[in-house]
Amino acid sequence: MPLDPSFIGRTYPPTAPYEVGREKIREFAEAVGDPNPVYRDQEAAKALGHADVIAPPTFPFVITYRASAQVVNDPELGLDFSRVVHGDQRFVYTRPVRAGDRLAVTCVIESIKSLAGNDVLSVRGEVHEESGEHVVTAHMMLVARAAEEG
Amino acid sequence: MTAKVNYDEVEVGAELPAQSFPVTRATLVQYAGASGDFNPIHWNEAFATSVGLPDVIGHGMFTMAEAIRVVTDWLGDPGAVVEYGVRFTKPVVVPNDGVGAVIEVSAKVGAKLDDRRVRVDLLATSAGQKVLGMSRAVVQLA
Repeated sequence: MPLDPSFIGRTYPPTAPYEVGREKIREFAEAVGDPNPVYRDQEAAKALGHADVIAPPTFPFVITYRASAQVVNDPELGLDFSRVVHGDQRFVYTRPVRAGDRLAVTCVIESIKSLAGNDVLSVRGEVHEESGEHVVTAHMMLVARAAEEG
Repeated sequence: MTAKVNYDEVEVGAELPAQSFPVTRATLVQYAGASGDFNPIHWNEAFATSVGLPDVIGHGMFTMAEAIRVVTDWLGDPGAVVEYGVRFTKPVVVPNDGVGAVIEVSAKVGAKLDDRRVRVDLLATSAGQKVLGMSRAVVQLA
């Protein structure tokens, strides 16, 4: 059964703030094999004009992925997560995520489409610092493959 | 936050230094832990094949993280990335043979934009297959 298009525009409550730690950024940079000192060394980060170590460009997904559970697990929406693949991902940054940030995510369902029997769901995650400052917007497109016949 | 690269010295079509990134099962386990994405298709072969995949596959977000390194290494300051988006076209298949897979990334300047920004177009392949499509970053140059 296709997803209900009346969910387009639905906005979920902001998540509890995620506190970005220096060691978490370091762990993420090591996991992607990136030796850039701006992810580890406060002095290197300050030399580039940042207030503290910054996180790699795809780090915000760690936070927005958790937040998107509100949408994908919404029983009223009824998405079959076992059939979901990640179709695309885009980030629009006001500034990089940095150590010490406390980030809340507000998820919005941007679109629901049915293409060749597949449900295509686009979710926007607006990421704000506790002070209200916008940090990054994440756009995620999920494809729930059509159930097999029979 | 701006890059060490000067806008006036960059031409459309200029290639950024290409890079290759190895991926093994250990890489995927480490990335699962760091990212919080523990989907078993990224570490459990029996599960991956049971849902119709050829083998364990890498996280799309891992490939996305590797591809932008070609850009951030060129820029000097990763904070100069103002927009970055990809489409996941094919999975990176990571066999359990001690060798794993390799993600090859090349990039070139696709357009010069206003406000000393440029669009960088990325190409990521693995085992001869394009694994990211429509892969683009907008960056702020000096």
